[in-house]
Amino acid sequence: MTKMSARNMFIVATVAVTAVFLYLTYLSHVAFTAMTNPDDITPQVAHGKEVWEKHACINCHTLLGEGAYYAPELGNVIERRGEPFLRTVLETTAVQGWGATRRMPRFDLSAEDIDGLVEFFKWMNRVDTNNWPPNKEG
Amino acid sequence: MKYQFESQRVSYPYFVAAMLLFGAQIVFGLLIGAQYLWPDLLFPAIPFNIGRMIHINLLVVWLIFGFMGAAYYLLPEEVEGEIYSTKLAMVQFWLFLAGGAAAIVGYLFRWHDGREFLEQPTIIKIGIVIVVLMFIFNMIMTMLRGRRRTSISIVLLIGFLGLAVFYLFAFYKPANMTVDKYYWWWVVHLWVEGVWELIMAAFLSFLLIKLTGIDREVAEKWLYVIVGLTFLTGIIGTGHHYYWIGTPAFWQTWGAWFSAIEVLPFAAMVAFSFKMVGKRARLHPNRAAVLWTVGAAVLSFLGAGVWGFMHTLPQINFYTHGTQITASHGHLAFYGAYAVIVLAMASYAVPNLRKTTGIITHQKQEVFAFWTMAVSMLFIALALTGAGIVQVYLQRVLGISYMETQAYMGLFYGIRLFFGVTFAIGLAVYLYDFFFPGRSKSLNAA
Repeated sequence: MTKMSARNMFIVATVAVTAVFLYLTYLSHVAFTAMTNPDDITPQVAHGKEVWEKHACINCHTLLGEGAYYAPELGNVIERRGEPFLRTVLETTAVQGWGATRRMPRFDLSAEDIDGLVEFFKWMNRVDTNNWPPNKEG
Repeated sequence: MKYQFESQRVSYPYFVAAMLLFGAQIVFGLLIGAQYLWPDLLFPAIPFNIGRMIHINLLVVWLIFGFMGAAYYLLPEEVEGEIYSTKLAMVQFWLFLAGGAAAIVGYLFRWHDGREFLEQPTIIKIGIVIVVLMFIFNMIMTMLRGRRRTSISIVLLIGFLGLAVFYLFAFYKPANMTVDKYYWWWVVHLWVEGVWELIMAAFLSFLLIKLTGIDREVAEKWLYVIVGLTFLTGIIGTGHHYYWIGTPAFWQTWGAWFSAIEVLPFAAMVAFSFKMVGKRARLHPNRAAVLWTVGAAVLSFLGAGVWGFMHTLPQINFYTHGTQITASHGHLAFYGAYAVIVLAMASYAVPNLRKTTGIITHQKQEVFAFWTMAVSMLFIALALTGAGIVQVYLQRVLGISYMETQAYMGLFYGIRLFFGVTFAIGLAVYLYDFFFPGRSKSLNAA
């Protein structure tokens, strides 16, 4: 093999896989309608996502398995703990933080922020994750 | 050997900044590693999320400082001409340092966005884009004005262009979290399992040519094979992040097949470096640089290749996704591939750039630092793998709750912290030697 043939293989391979990748991306977008219920993303859900980002929750928790691994998975937290417990945690967090060890810091959460987060977690719970996680403990 | 082009000296401040930020990165790494054992440490002043944000952002910033510095050193020798504008390179340096510092200090005061690794506030993100565009402009102008065009410089340029283009997806923040995650990976995966590998392979080829005296034609043929394999496997390999985030199940097939062979470019880098060092035409006096270079190929093969393959198949990833297994892979892959290749370039370039140029004073310390850091990082990865196995079994298989499971993982977090400390000792030796090479020399003489 010469340098030129190696270079040509690099170019051909890159163009081919990029074309396949973009086509699969198109198919993914088609599937998002059924898998993620985009019509249910209310302003409350969108606000919840912003609150989630404002406090960098992802740098302790995971969400659908992505994030840090210092605190529990929250993609299915509604299913695991139920809404009343989730509200208790968030309301306590807004005042003094949460937990006995590996505590969650106190976050400045308004009632609107808490409602948004709850709606956001409800929406997350309904995303079709191909049956992940293996059990409700996340 | 003295530097050949005056403008190569502009790379020196880049290496200095990279080393200082590397040191800071490890300080924060030790902090959050310790918080796994003592969660109240520095709480709530620096809670885990802020510490981790800083740990990883510092990593990315120092690696990019290293990439740019290494490129400024490499380009003049590759294209046989001076850097187009050293003034622009210095403006770009200070802008990047100011932006990076503002981001890191800002994080401590909770000034951040909230997407993992992309926490830079929008204004800082825009600054980063401007810095990278300045760099690419300088690079292209240098290449156009140079006397020759080499494959190494072209692959390096493609790498940096990709870095710039894919970072633009950091500005896209849809309300749909699945779509958000989908394109978030276009920054994260297509950087580290895509275009960054081109930057790494270009540096590796440059170093092997300089250190072994092998024929450029042979090295550049290898380079195209490596980067061809990178894109062939890595682009569709993005699919291994699309198993469980609201993306279609067909990704489990595409992602599995293509990401399973993502090990190939790293295997090619190992074969390339061993073959070239085995056939070397001369013994380069900077043996530490040879060690770092071969070390980058071997450690990236282990960290990115082997540890990546370990959990890339959906049948396994179903259980390991989002556990300490991922963290173990992340540590060894980033260190082995990108940290070590920057250290290899620094090890080769910096002695040539100093006031007393061409005098290699610090071999013993560097070799000590190489082995200390490499072995420590390997044990950090092994400790986190142990933690991950416990977590997978208790939490994912038996269904024990997250916090209860964590209580059984303390031993492994302890081992990880111990090797974090030994890593820091290796790094301290390296940095002392980097900043005070004269004293190392007198130590050698004594």
